[in-house]
Amino acid sequence: MKIKRKDLLGIEELSKEEIETILETSGSLKEISERAIRKVPYLRGKTVVNLFFEPSTRTLASFSLAEKRLSADSFNLSSSSSSVLKGETLLDTARNLEAMRIDFVVVRHSLPGAPHFIADRLEASVINAGDGTHEHPTQALLDLLSLKEKFGTLEGKKVVIVGDIVNSRVARSNIWGLTKMGADVTVCGPPTLMPYGIEEMGVEVSFELRKAIEGRDVIYVLRIQKERQMGGMLPSIREYIELYGITPERLKDAKEDVIIMHPGPINRGIELDPRVADGKHSIILGQVTNGVAVRMAILYLLSGGQSGEVSEA
Amino acid sequence: MAKFPKHKFVIRGGRMIDPVQGIDEVTDILIGSGKIEKIGNFSKKNVESLDVKGLVVTPGFIDMHTHLREPGREDEETIETGTKAAAKGGFTGVASMANTNPVIDNSGMVRFIKDRAMQGGYVEVFPIGAVTKGQEGNELTEMFDMVKAGCCAFSDDGKPIDNSLMMRRALEYSQIVGKTIIVHEEDLNLTSDGQINEDFISTKMGLKGMPSIGESTMIARDVEILGFVGGKLHIAHLSVKESLEIVRQAKKRKLDISCEVTPHHIALNSSCLVTFDSNLKMSPPLRSRKDVEVLKKGLQQGVIDCIATDHAPHALFEKEMEFGSAPFGIVGLETALGIVYTELVESGILSIAELVEKMSVNPAKILGLGEKTLKEGSDANITIFDPNKEWTVDVKKFVSKSNNSPFDGWKLKGKGVMTIVKGKIVYREGEFQKLASL
Repeated sequence: MKIKRKDLLGIEELSKEEIETILETSGSLKEISERAIRKVPYLRGKTVVNLFFEPSTRTLASFSLAEKRLSADSFNLSSSSSSVLKGETLLDTARNLEAMRIDFVVVRHSLPGAPHFIADRLEASVINAGDGTHEHPTQALLDLLSLKEKFGTLEGKKVVIVGDIVNSRVARSNIWGLTKMGADVTVCGPPTLMPYGIEEMGVEVSFELRKAIEGRDVIYVLRIQKERQMGGMLPSIREYIELYGITPERLKDAKEDVIIMHPGPINRGIELDPRVADGKHSIILGQVTNGVAVRMAILYLLSGGQSGEVSEA
Repeated sequence: MAKFPKHKFVIRGGRMIDPVQGIDEVTDILIGSGKIEKIGNFSKKNVESLDVKGLVVTPGFIDMHTHLREPGREDEETIETGTKAAAKGGFTGVASMANTNPVIDNSGMVRFIKDRAMQGGYVEVFPIGAVTKGQEGNELTEMFDMVKAGCCAFSDDGKPIDNSLMMRRALEYSQIVGKTIIVHEEDLNLTSDGQINEDFISTKMGLKGMPSIGESTMIARDVEILGFVGGKLHIAHLSVKESLEIVRQAKKRKLDISCEVTPHHIALNSSCLVTFDSNLKMSPPLRSRKDVEVLKKGLQQGVIDCIATDHAPHALFEKEMEFGSAPFGIVGLETALGIVYTELVESGILSIAELVEKMSVNPAKILGLGEKTLKEGSDANITIFDPNKEWTVDVKKFVSKSNNSPFDGWKLKGKGVMTIVKGKIVYREGEFQKLASL
């Protein structure tokens, strides 16, 4: 199957079939990273710019590796090293890059809708690598791939997303993705970190962790930004840990074979106890491995590739 | 026949709707020396006559909430271009907001606006002065001096009057001049960093929300202050159902309170925001469907007194940005009548007479501009529009300097045909004439 889109901007607008196509393609491409020569020619001659206006380790590295393993020519631009510092607008930056003939722009930006804004105005394909608190579609796709590998299907699986929901693009993209794939999703965290009307996204809301993790197949832990406390959203990190931190003791209320996920970077000892992060339930590093495969799949599919053709290479 | 007859002419065969006199009939109007000389069906030889059969003839519309951007941002709008847009939209006068740069906060600045309007304007301009110096919320302006210079009301619009003591002082002191305090109601703590209405849409889009309580709690506060000290209070761009309920209760208490809504808060709602289009970014933000429903009822029941544009021109280079970086506000003078007619009159919510009350009679009353009527002997400020004219909004054809409108491409019904200010035709079917040029 092909993906008939110029851009990948969010999970909200994807159909279940499109998600399945991406996951299937990712599954086939994943093997390339395990070879002795980790490279295929699918994107040879294509140019990719990674335009990162916010700090990133995993996403930038993962996109860069995906591009290189597909033989694309790529380079990175960040706000601190570009003319953005001189006041150049996002649109001008993007138009200038396009004037040099590029095929893909991978954008990370602090403002929701920034990738959409340039996608509407460029011929190049735009991939959203995280826009403010809106979406982080490739993260959700790599999470879905990790769960699919674990369970085969997501239909009826019970997932709880714990933590700072209001400030999380990962939560939003995962809610869209998980619910489209048939999972049953609960979000859990303090009311001050719960966005208004989130129930309408098809999730249940809980403020009580003990109940929320009971009988769940997956606990998806979100990062707590320490500076949130400053905005008065939390009285203290200490109390947050007591109420919502995922510790081995907490897991006694969870299913025996519960899976722990986290999008990274982890605040060890805050939202996630190191013993859990590194323990037998955690698939956190597996998520990261899948990140490269998913990003390869997206680049491949957006450049016109078909899901069935991959294995022949 | 000249497109712009001078001195004396007859408006012939139009449907005159004058809510003050309770008149809705086909009649001729003789205009001379800037006044309405005669009403009735008559034949007048040697006087030019303009056939307006099938058109509606009403007292001139007043937009009580216009940002003309002069002085300070003449690249976005000037008094000349803003009043031109007003004339085209069927307005014979606009009240200009004080948040220019520098702020209209002294009598000299008020005179500047009046002078510029006199020299280059197409319609009347009624300057609104700032409530506080520099709109900084610390010291009252010289209201008495500014009213002498021609100021019609006071407002720090663009910003709320954050300090409740300052609000009290403003309502007290303005009683010396008997003028209205127009308030932009927003609790900035509740709306900080907000981009759009706080609801499911803001949650989904990851945009920081501006909750309804950011507006309604401030209105509740000011109604209490008004009840305690008196004065005249007008709520600018009311946008949520909770606010409407507070105003309804305040009116029951016989407080001197009034309010306006904008055409865009009637025609659009937060669910229109699917594409991060910055032309849908304004303050207050587009609200929920339910709010829009309730506002329409409020207009019908008369709780909402006025419809005002909040015409807010912005340069394209500033507006064509990521949503979070774009400024708040849209232009409205050239689309207001079409939007209001289509959304409210065509749908049976308001009669034409009620539309005239909300766009002419009531704004004039609140601003102390006298009675808006077509009685013999009154100033000939007249709006003539075609209620059956179907047209498509094309922002490229705007005469405003800015075209930040979400209504581009909308099909509307109802359009201004002729605008007469003090007996002078300033706009007629695509052609303009300055007030001073005659």
